[in-house]
Amino acid sequence: MADLTLTDQNFQAEVLDSKTPVLVDFWAEWCAPCRIVSPIVEELGKEYGDKLKVGKLNVDENQISNKYGIMSIPSLLVFKNGQVVKTMIGAQSKDSFKKEIDQVLGN
Amino acid sequence: MDKVYDVIILGSGPAGLTAAIYTTRADLKTLVVAGGKWGGQLQLTTLVENFPGFPEGIQGPDLMQNMRKQAEKFGTDFVDEDFTEADFSSKHFKITAGSKTYQGKSVIIATGADTKWLGVPGEAEKIGRGVSSCAPCDAAFFRDKKVIVVGGGDSAMEEALVLTKFASSVTVVHRSEALRASEIMQKRAKENPKIKFIFNTQVVEVLGEAKVERVKLKNNKTGETSEMPVDGVFVAIGHMPNTKAFRDIDLDEKGFVKVHEHYLTNKDGVFVAGDVHDSEYKQAITAAGFGCAAALEAEKWLDEQPS
Repeated sequence: MADLTLTDQNFQAEVLDSKTPVLVDFWAEWCAPCRIVSPIVEELGKEYGDKLKVGKLNVDENQISNKYGIMSIPSLLVFKNGQVVKTMIGAQSKDSFKKEIDQVLGN
Repeated sequence: MDKVYDVIILGSGPAGLTAAIYTTRADLKTLVVAGGKWGGQLQLTTLVENFPGFPEGIQGPDLMQNMRKQAEKFGTDFVDEDFTEADFSSKHFKITAGSKTYQGKSVIIATGADTKWLGVPGEAEKIGRGVSSCAPCDAAFFRDKKVIVVGGGDSAMEEALVLTKFASSVTVVHRSEALRASEIMQKRAKENPKIKFIFNTQVVEVLGEAKVERVKLKNNKTGETSEMPVDGVFVAIGHMPNTKAFRDIDLDEKGFVKVHEHYLTNKDGVFVAGDVHDSEYKQAITAAGFGCAAALEAEKWLDEQPS
């Protein structure tokens, strides 16, 4: 599914109430490793298609990252039925992200 | 599997990318196995002030982006995956990365070094929960919080200085009596009113429920232990060479790749460059220099092989 910009305002509707699992990329302008991860996240969005919603949340512009205890970015969290089911901290290769995501998607 | 590269370079820091610029300009088919997080340690830095040619300094990530562009311009292929296997037993070396295996007539190992963690209880599970090795990445999460930086070298000073922009207090904890950092970095850190120093002391445990709340410190002279409330622990005690994935490459007693004449390893046709063999200088510019040397040696070696 196409890239989605998440904010404090749309987080409830787009992530917590989502029927499909959601991958959220917590990032910021100043974070170099985030720039490495960002294109990978976009590719993941394309590859998983309808099975996974993919969105990006800028931690400088939004407060909700505090609620999830984000203290290091990039952090990729997978939400399922409003709950965090996977936390991936730091830059990794696409394959290793996929392995972790596949575990919680159950395929 | 059909294409055979002249040179496969493992690693994409200054050593690997400089090597790639040289080998491609020498018309050698070159593949850089760049890793999932390409660009090496400079991706985790801010302003680099000692790389010649940039009088105003350059941001580490920008420098790496430029080097990659330069390598790509001359035709280097890139795979942004970690390599999982390096097989040096056959005539054409086989490098597996992601789901593919690549063949090369020669290999340059430029896998660099990664953060050495403290290895104390409570540390590993709190990485990303207050334990970090990258102040430029994570400092902003410690606005008005108390942090410590563990280490006494240049990178510890840089981490501390970056943190002062956000944290309410920054304490450098160093195990011995004197800092190892260069004069200029020591001076900057010591002149910063937000930075305090604790010498002869090491962190023996990181404490806290879900995130870092305290550290247990031990004074190396008196043996006394104490607890200090902190929100963040930034580890900057040095780096470990990335050699784990190599089975038959000789290492020295410190775990760095052993260099033979002409930047060769113990395997003919396998060269080495940068922090993975250099425990002495560890600079971006020396790594780039080693990369250049290894590339020139690989070129010469390929020339001498019977075709």
